This record gives sequence, structure tokens and C-alpha cells, in this order.
Amino acid sequence: MATPTNLSAAFTLTPPPLADWLVILPVALMIGLGAVLMMVRKSVRLHGAIAIAGLAALVLIDAGLLWRVATHGPVTMVMGRWLPPFGIAFTADLFGAAMALAAAVVALAAAIFALRDIDASGRRYGFYPFLMLLMAGVSGAFLTGDIFNLYVWFEVLLISSFGLLILGSQPEQIDGALKYAVLNLIATTLFLIAVGYLYAIFGTLNMADIARKAVALRDTGPLTTLTGLFILAFAMKAAAFPVNFWLPASYHTPRIVVSALFGGLLTKVGIYALMRVTVMLFPVEREALSIVIVVIAILTMMVGALGALAQSDIRKLIGYLVIAGIGNMLSGVAIGTPGAVSGAILYALHSMVTMTALYLVAGEIGRLGGGWSLVHLGGLFRRAPSFAGVSFVLFLAAAGLPPISGLWPKVVLLKASLDIGAWWLAAAILVSAFLITLALARVVLFAYWRPSPREIEPMTAAADWRIALPLAALTALTIFFGLFPETLLGLSQDAATGLADPTAYIRSVFPQGEGQ
Amino acid sequence: MNTLILRTVAPFVTALMLLFSIFVLLRGHNEPGGGFIGGLIAASALALYGIAFGVGAVRRAIRFHPMAIAGAGLFLATLSGFISILAGVPFMTGLWVYPHVFGVEVPLATVMSFDLGVYLVVVGAITSIALALEQEPGPDLERED
Repeated sequence: MATPTNLSAAFTLTPPPLADWLVILPVALMIGLGAVLMMVRKSVRLHGAIAIAGLAALVLIDAGLLWRVATHGPVTMVMGRWLPPFGIAFTADLFGAAMALAAAVVALAAAIFALRDIDASGRRYGFYPFLMLLMAGVSGAFLTGDIFNLYVWFEVLLISSFGLLILGSQPEQIDGALKYAVLNLIATTLFLIAVGYLYAIFGTLNMADIARKAVALRDTGPLTTLTGLFILAFAMKAAAFPVNFWLPASYHTPRIVVSALFGGLLTKVGIYALMRVTVMLFPVEREALSIVIVVIAILTMMVGALGALAQSDIRKLIGYLVIAGIGNMLSGVAIGTPGAVSGAILYALHSMVTMTALYLVAGEIGRLGGGWSLVHLGGLFRRAPSFAGVSFVLFLAAAGLPPISGLWPKVVLLKASLDIGAWWLAAAILVSAFLITLALARVVLFAYWRPSPREIEPMTAAADWRIALPLAALTALTIFFGLFPETLLGLSQDAATGLADPTAYIRSVFPQGEGQ
Repeated sequence: MNTLILRTVAPFVTALMLLFSIFVLLRGHNEPGGGFIGGLIAASALALYGIAFGVGAVRRAIRFHPMAIAGAGLFLATLSGFISILAGVPFMTGLWVYPHVFGVEVPLATVMSFDLGVYLVVVGAITSIALALEQEPGPDLERED
């Protein structure tokens, strides 16, 4: 039946090496497991075990992918063996693979914590299937090499996040979800408009193809406008000032483990997309817009730090810390030198782990202290000394104080801004870090140090491994990379170099340089 | 809504629509049609049945929970993409076999099993929404199963 035709004009005919499947496996595994969990939705006892096993496998796959990318350069697989740019390409470079690995680690920790935090009704409602689909979206966004496909993964993670956000159906959750949904839908629509605009200019959606065609189109195409549109859309996703208000309005409403996932993953996906588009695809336009980005970065940092200082609800306070971190990463994007970009990448990796861990700490504070308000909390150090120690380490990490991992991204960013003579940016980073230190010191003083203002403490069950293990593991990670940062520093430098000069990325998609 | 006329014709119309949805699904192989539109037709058939006989009748008739059907479809679609690993071609590459059944050549493909997965996802998801909307409001609305 098959007619003999020359397939080489449309298809890649060489079989892909088996290791290339690593680039598609994270997404496929998560979708497949999400589907299985939907099929066994009644047997909620199985959910936790299946999800945790799946996420552990995801960590291994992402680690394998990172190793493969580090040793062999970017990995590409084009769906349906169509030749790029026509087939949808999945391309993992160091940046994408490292972010995917960090996301998988964070999700695994959250899934273990959720064993305790999410009750049977939450599981029946579908916490674990939503978590799997959220991770499919996040992994897909980090690994895709096609900008429209990136939009699709944004949608996947957005829809899963809606489900997670309203888990429990409390009125204030619906209120938070509405603000979250409207703002994010507007951002996604802007992103889609920008993609349409880009397609009209370039006639291609493959990122490697865009990167190599941008050089020729720079004189004729309205690329600065396009880049501005992308920056607005992704800044909204990343909760940068002045489009940051949806985050403090919604992140404190869901279950704490959902907040942990969102704080660790979602804004970082926005920053990832922003860096992918501005640093790799449109570096010249980023340079032209760098004044705008730097102003946004400083304002975001300040809003985050001052907001954290002003809050008395610990969950909202951490929400503002997430925003302050976004400001720091944006400052790296604004400077744009490989050093600064590597600082931003390092910050993103550190922030994923730290912010998730902080939300988990907040969950434990809420459980031990019976609430989140600094007005009523107290005496936690006395009640749970080892938990207080873990929290203190994570507070140091969030404030960027040595010897924890938060120090290094700040150091790299400070050095990069001083290298180009932007002392005012360095000053802003330091002031923001100082204000965050004050805000977290308030938490330590009120919630941990002072005696409890209540006569009788609420009785709570002792913490078990489902709480201790994820918290201890994430804290150990931040301590480890604080003391031995060389691997991570080298990795983020290589990732930034690969982003600034995407030759290897392009060659991975177009091995012979055809279609030029 | 559930008049005698509707209740009399609904079983026939539902059966016809389900049959037609499968026809559209298979036709989508080479001509307009496919899993998505076929799934929509099947979901509207089930919705019509629900209007005539109530949500409980539909739930009993389809045996599985709609979300489980959607999950099975998603799983089938993912699996269809993975078959290509055995043939040494990239993810989601369409693979064809041409078995002869009673002397007739029947072309089968992973494209078709993927489309069947899409069909099930659409049937499951849309039926789930439709049944939730058709359900009489009551204390048990939260737990729709």
C-alpha cells in the first residue's frame, strides 16, 4: 500500500539515539501517570504511592537528561520525525534541563509533604492527578524548543493550577482563584498575541530557527515591539511590578503544599520563558529595553521586600519574598552579560528550592501554632527546637546570608552589576536583601523567640517523616549548595553562555545547517 | 423537558448518534472528521440521554466514571506516541500495519489509536461537565460520583 517516495525531503530518516528519548520522557511520563491516576480516581490510597514513585522517576530522568546535556550538548527530538522547523521540536539545553531537574526535586518534596497535608477528600478531588499534569506542563515548558508549544504547556500548567488552587472550595479560595485566573488568562492571551505577531514576522515558531533568522530580520521587522510584548506577558506570569498584585492576592488561599508548588514553580516558568525569549532570541532588543527592565527589576525587588516587611500573615509574607526574588532575577536579565544571566539562572534554581521549602515551613508553623498571624504566634522555638533550626537555615537562605545557597546568586549578580558600573543596581539588591532580612527577623522574633501569647497551646500531633523528610531534604540541598557552590556556579555559567550564544542549540536542531 | 416524545425517541437518537460518532471518528482517518468532533457527538448523545432519563441513568449506562474514561483516553494517546520507540523513530511518529481481515485490507495506525484516545478524552471530559450541569442541585452535588 505504501508508495515508494523520497521521504528524506520531509522526514529525518536516521533513527534517534535512545538517549534522545530523555527529552520527551519527563512530559510523557507525567501525562501518562496523570491519566492513570484519573482512571483509579476512587482508590485514593494508591494515589500518593503512584505519584511519589512517578516523581522519583522524573527526578532520575531529569538528572539523566542534565547529565546527557552536560556531556553531549543540547538534545533535540522532533515529534513525528518531521524535519525542523516543521515538526515540533523538544530541545533541552543546560538551562532548561537544570530548571526541569530543580522542578522535579521540588515537586517530589511537595508530593511527600502532601501525604500529610492533603486529606482524603482533597485526594478524591484530584490533588495528585492535577500535580502530575502540572508537572507535565512545567517540564514541557522547560524542555520545548517551539514557542507555540511553550504556549501550550503554559496552558496545561495554568489549567492544572486552577484545579489545585480551588482544592477545598472555600469562599476565599474562589476569590483568590478568580484574581489569579483573570490575570493569568490575560497574560496568556498577550503571550498568544505575541506568538501570532512573531509568526507573522518570522514565518516560523521553532526557537532555534527564530534565533538564526533574527539576525537578518533585525533591520526590517518590528522586533523591539515584539520583545516588549513578550516581556509584558512573561512579567505578568512571573509577578513582576506593576503586574504582581495577583500573587499576594491568591497564593495564601490554597492548601499550603499547593502554595509551595506555585511559589517554587510557576513564577520561575515565567522567568524562564522571559530569559529564553529576551536573552536567546532577541538579545539586541533586550539591550534596547534594558532600561525598562532594570526599572521593573528594582521596583519589583522593593515592592517584594517592603511588602514582606508589612505583612503579618506568614503565607503572604512568603508571597512577597517570591516577588522580591523575581526582581533579583530580572536585574540579571536587565544587565544581560553572561555573568549576570548566570546569576539570574542560579537565583532561579535557588529560589525554586528555597521558596517551596519556606511555604512548607509555613505549613508546619500553621499546624504547630494554629494559625499564620504573627500577632498570635509565639514560642515555636521552645515547642519544636529542631524545626526552628531548619526554619532558621531557610530564612538565611531566603535573605541571602552565608553560608546558605542564597548568598551565591546575590554575589554573582552584585559582581555583574558592579562590573558594568551600575552601583545603584547593586545598592538596590543589597537594600532589598537587608529589608528581607528584617522581615524574616520579625518572623523569628515573633513566631519563634518570644513566649507564646496564649495561655494554653493548641494540641497538635508530632511531626512525622512525611513532614520531616521533605523539609530536611530541601534544607540539606540549600546548605550543600551554599558550602559547595562550584558545581552549580559552573553549571549556571555554562547555561548562561549557551543562552547568550545559541550556536550549539541551533546545531542540535539543524545538524547540517539545512534550510538556511 | 422530559416529555413522553423525548423519552420515546431518546434511546434511538442516542444510539444513532453514538454510531455516527464512531463513523466520524474512523472517517477522520483520511477525510474531515476525527476524534475530537466524534467525541463531541458522542458526548451530546449522552447529554441528550441524560435530559430524557436523568443523570443516574447515564452514569449507569456508561459504567465507568466519565473522568476515568478521559483518563483512559489520555493514557491510550500517550501510549500511541511511545510505540514508535520500538520502531526506532522519534516520539509520535505514525506507524502503519495493513492486516487482511476476511480478505479486506484494513489499514491500522498509531495515528488512529491516538485519535481514539482523543475521542475518549473528549467524551469523558464533556460528559463529565454535562452531567454535572444536568444534575439536580442537592446536598450531594459536590460528590458527583
